[in-house]
This record gives sequence, C-alpha cells and structure tokens, in this order.
Amino acid sequence: MKFLVCVKQVPDSWAEKKLGADSRLDRAGVDAVLNDLDEYAIEEALRICENSGGNGEGGEHSITLLSMGPDRATEAIRKGLSMGADNAILISDEALAGSDALATSLVLAKAIESSGANIVLCGTESTDARMSVVPAMLAERLGWPQLTFAGELKIDAGANKVTIKRMTDEGIEEMEASLPCVVSVIEKINEPRYPSFKGIMAAKKKTIETRSLADVGVSTDQVGSASSWSAVVDSALRPPRSAGIKVVDEGNGGNELVSFLADKKIV
Amino acid sequence: MADVLVLIDHTAGLVSRAASELITAARALGPVHAVAVVRAGEADAPRAMAAQFGASKLSVIEAVDGHPITPSVDALASIAQASAPAAILITSGAKGKEIAGRLAVRLGSGLLTDVIDVAQDFSATQSIFGGSTVVHSKVTHGAPIITVRPNACEPVASESTPEIVDVTVAHTSSGVTVTSRQAPVKGGRPELTEASIIVSGGRGTNGDFSPVESLADALGAAVGASRAATDAGWYPHSNQVGQTGKTVSPQLYVACGISGAIQHRAGMQTSKTIVAINKDADAPIFELADFGVVGDLFNVVPQAAAGVLARKS
Ligand SMILES: Cc1cc2nc3c(=O)[nH]c(=O)nc-3n(C[C@H](O)[C@H](O)[C@H](O)COP(=O)(O)OP(=O)(O)OC[C@H]3O[C@@H](n4cnc5c(N)ncnc54)[C@H](O)[C@@H]3O)c2cc1C
Ligand SMILES: Cc1cc2nc3c(=O)[nH]c(=O)nc-3n(C[C@H](O)[C@H](O)[C@H](O)COP(=O)(O)OP(=O)(O)OC[C@H]3O[C@@H](n4cnc5c(N)ncnc54)[C@H](O)[C@@H]3O)c2cc1C
Repeated sequence: MKFLVCVKQVPDSWAEKKLGADSRLDRAGVDAVLNDLDEYAIEEALRICENSGGNGEGGEHSITLLSMGPDRATEAIRKGLSMGADNAILISDEALAGSDALATSLVLAKAIESSGANIVLCGTESTDARMSVVPAMLAERLGWPQLTFAGELKIDAGANKVTIKRMTDEGIEEMEASLPCVVSVIEKINEPRYPSFKGIMAAKKKTIETRSLADVGVSTDQVGSASSWSAVVDSALRPPRSAGIKVVDEGNGGNELVSFLADKKIV
Repeated sequence: MADVLVLIDHTAGLVSRAASELITAARALGPVHAVAVVRAGEADAPRAMAAQFGASKLSVIEAVDGHPITPSVDALASIAQASAPAAILITSGAKGKEIAGRLAVRLGSGLLTDVIDVAQDFSATQSIFGGSTVVHSKVTHGAPIITVRPNACEPVASESTPEIVDVTVAHTSSGVTVTSRQAPVKGGRPELTEASIIVSGGRGTNGDFSPVESLADALGAAVGASRAATDAGWYPHSNQVGQTGKTVSPQLYVACGISGAIQHRAGMQTSKTIVAINKDADAPIFELADFGVVGDLFNVVPQAAAGVLARKS
C-alpha cells in the first residue's frame, strides 16, 4: 500500500503567534515545527506498516509525507522522515502565500491524485489556524470516503476494507469504507515515537521533492491571497491578560475566593 | 431580502443550546431558513426549536446515508443552489466544521470558522491564537459559509410559524457504512461548551475530583479537566478543555490543580473571569488568573464550595 500523510509546518506552540502587517501569520519571527497532531498520523502509518510487511527498502508499503508550505517547511518534514516515513513532497510556490483552506485543499488534492496513494492520513487540526476542515475538504475534492476523527484505525488491505472508530462529542461511531479513502486521526490513537539517532541519520538521505504549482497542475490565479475565497479585513492584538490578585492560603483562601466572586456578582 | 440558511445542530434529535444561539444571531441578518437533517424519529425537537426562535422557513430532511457529515452537505448544497441564500450559518464544532468545509468546496464558497460575531455585511469576527488576536474577515467568493462558536450570543426566543419548504435534495453516497453508534455519556451537569461557569481539575487532584465536583455543583457549573486528568482516566475525554479538547469561553473558569500549559490555555484563555487554585506560586496559570489562591486545592476548594452554598441559603 502507498500511504500519504499530510503534514503542516506550524509555529512552535510555545511561541507567541501574531499576524504581520499583511494580515498573515508572521512566520519569520518564530521557530517552525511539525504540527503536533500530524505526528500521530505518521505514527499510525508506521505502526500499520510495521505490523504488515514494513515500509521502506525491502518493505511492502511506502509512506510519503505531503506538505504545502514555504521552503523552510523542509525542517519540519525532516522530523517526520526521521520518525520513519520514506520520502516527502513539498509544494512550495511564491503564489501560494496567503492561501485559504479552499486553496490549500485544492493544491493538496491535485498532488494526491497524481501520487497513486491508496490512503491519505491527516491530523485532525493544525495548531496555528485550527480549522479542522482540510481532511473533509480533501475527501470532497477527491470523491473518496471520509473517515475522520479516528481514535482507532484498522486496515484490511486483502478485503479492501478500512474501519475506524470516530470519536467526537457525538459519541463513538464505528464506520467502514473501501480504499482509497481519507482518514484523520485524533491524538488518543497512539503515542508518537521520538526519532532515534539512526532515524535522524537515515532521514538526511531521504528525498524531499519540491514541486511548484505548475508541477502540481494548479494555475497561479486559482490560489494565493489575491484569488482566495476569503480575506482578512483587519486584525488587532487583544491586550494580554494581566495577572490579577494572588493570595496565599493561610486557612482562609476558599473564603477569600468566594468574596472575590461575590464582588464580581458571580455568586 | 435573501434568506440566511441555518443548520440546526442536534445529536440524535437532541438540540443544542448553540443551535438556538445560531438562529437568534441569524435573525438579525435576514429571514431565517432553518434546515434540520435528521434520521427517523429525530425531527420533533429541531422543528420546535425553529418555531420557538423565530425561523421564517423550515426544511426537515431525512438523511438517506448514515455518514455523520455528507447528508447535511447534500441538503444544504441543494437548498443553496435552489434559493441563493445570503449566507449559510453552521455551529462550530467537529461536525459543523466538517460539514462547512465540504459544503464550501461543493459550492465554491469562502469559509470562515470559529466565528464569534457576524456583522450585517456578513463580515465576521474571529478570535485567534488562543484569544490573543482579534480578526475581522470576509468571504470574497460565493455565499459566505460561516461556523459560529457556541456561547457567542444569548439565545432569545421569538415565536413564529415557519413556512414548511419542501426541497429536492440531490443525495450522494458517502461510500461509508456506519456499523454502530454509541451515544456520549451525559451526566446531570451542564454541557461544557454551553456552561456559563466551568470548574476544572488537573493532575493536582491526584484522581480525586470530589472537591472539583462539589464546587461545580455549588456554582451550577460544568466540570472540565486537563489532559493530564483525562489521560489518567480520572475524567472522560469529552470533558477535556484545551487544544485537543473543547474550546470554552464561560463567564467564570476555575482551574484547580492545573499548571496552565499552552495547550490547556488554548481552550480557556478567552473566559471572562479566570480563577486558579494551585500550590505552586510560580505555576503559569497564575499569569492569566484574575484571582489566584496559592494553596492546597483539598483545603481551598471545599471551603469555597461551602462558602458559595452558605451565600445561597
Ligand atoms: C489564524 C488563521 C486563521 C485562518 N482562518 C481561515 C479561515 O477562516 N478561512 C480559511 O479558508 N482559511 C483560513 N486560514 C488559512 C488556513 O489555515 C490554511 O489555508 C490552512 O492550510 C488550512 O487550515 P488549517 O491549517 O486550519 O488546517 P486543518 O484543517 O486544521 O488541518 C487538519 C489537517 O490537514 C492537514 N493539513 C492542513 N494544512 C496542510 C498543509 N498546508 N500541508 C499539508 N497538510 C495540511 C494536516 O494533516 C492537518 O493536521 C487561516 C489561517 C490562520 C493562520
Ligand atoms: C498535542 C498535544 C495536545 C494537548 N492537548 C491538551 C488539551 O487539550 N488540554 C490540556 O489540558 N492539555 C493538553 N496537552 C497537555 C499539556 O501540555 C499539559 O501536559 C497538561 O495540560 C497538563 O495538565 P495539568 O495542568 O493537569 O498537569 P500538570 O502540568 O502536571 O500540573 C499539575 C498542577 O497541579 C498543581 N498541584 C498539585 N497538587 C496540588 C494540590 N494538592 N493543590 C493545588 N495544586 C496542586 C501543581 O503545582 C501543578 O501546577 C496537550 C499536549 C500535546 C503534546
């Protein structure tokens, strides 16, 4: 099987994120990392492969990472390769700057169509924009079954069957579909491994193929801030929350708390 | 004036408070065409809600596919194509955002998610990066598809007799078979995303949530938990607040024995008033607390619960 895992480069969650003068995420000032939740998707692909014939050289399966982002996204992608994915495709093009979710899903779907993948794995959400829409949009664009928010994933390639447990507020839904399909995983599904020293060394030799929009078959007027489907009008920093009153409990802390709530007319 | 399409959010026929907020917000923008996508026997509550909150039109559509997302996409797409609405509003949650995403692709419309306010011109206010930045955005192509966060406004009833609109839906096949459904476990307390007060417990509870629950019950609050607490199995995942749990914005958020990791903050930072109880005076949660008590939660929290009850009587 050919696994394709969609991974996004995001600012480190610890970094203070802000919008630049162009109303886009100021990515220059902060460390870029692999989106946390995408590590779970990579881990899940690795585990499935390891339990059924392996990936990489001599293995039965292959795992390709797919990302759309700036050139420096290669650093984040390298982490996924050092976990054990085989190779990567980075779609990078000046014209992509400012793309919204519709444009992102369009570009990713085009790349998926030409990749020969049997299954696409995603995280459920990016830690920067947090829209949680790209996997569903990919399923819509590709016309593939959508198996998202998986807390459990089983693939029976022989029977051409993929089964997940979808876990959301709505409860747990068990559902199945045939390949090819789009799956997104939640963070309860596994515990991602740390790259080993061997993995890190091996990743240095793995290929990250950079493609332009033309390579993917999307014209520049379909994407980017000028032709996106939505736009930011303006933005403002909310004044940071300042710390308020802090008392040390000397036997009366609970009562002081109640007085505070009473002053606020909450109780 | 063109209609505003509103999808009534429900789980197996139980409507959410968020759905009533959404109809209320939509009323200010134009005549509301409420849409409920249901399975057999689920139509009553959505129908009643549309009338109670003043929808002008109502379409109830029976889902023919078991997929949680695609039947709603089919229904909204068919109605939108037939009636050219001014905008389409959907509740922001895992399900609503996926519906909105697919619908945006199908209609070629722009999409704005996690919106906290929609203006007359359908531009929207979003609160991003854990509440540190406020953004105004607009859709530039097609009828705007906007998902609105629960708790963004107060629901205000306004009785109406909605005109029943029959629609022909172009049903698609999701290619997915749902083999079993297990409803979420519901306790007697308010829902996290709808509660105006939340009391949360973290690793500091050491697995004993009884002080947290007693303060929550004294305040009529929902109970939340940090990931450390849900991972340990002390509280269900459905009660987790944070980046991979719920995003909440209550009037009051009380964090008991929670350190205030960035992923936790991402889900509660926009709460109106924040109170923290932690025995470590340097815990990062104090940086955003309006009121902090440095102390053992097992002493402070029960005393506070008793104090709240005493004031009520
Ligand atoms: C603060 C902020 C707010 C935004 N608001 C909007 C908005 O309201 N409307 C809008 O249309 N756009 C918006 N955007 C742009 C949008 O975030 C990007 O187009 C983005 O690539 C898709 O959304 P997401 O990151 O939230 O992805 P999600 O849907 O949250 O991501 C889910 C999964 O999809 C995959 N994925 C997502 N992006 C990529 C990628 N670039 N490469 C590979 N895999 C990927 C990953 O597996 C990820 O785990 C916003 C961006 C920012 C920074
Ligand atoms: C991808 C990813 C997603 C995540 N998503 C989430 C999320 O959605 N929500 C979330 O919460 N976390 C999330 N996390 C985890 C997050 O990073 C923290 O690990 C977690 O929030 C810590 O929980 P805690 O504050 O309860 O525990 P700790 O950080 O261990 O803090 C416990 C606190 O309790 C205090 N304490 C101990 N005993 C007492 C006592 N008797 N009285 C008073 N105080 C006491 C301690 O001083 C300490 O400050 C995520 C992490 C990752 C990597």
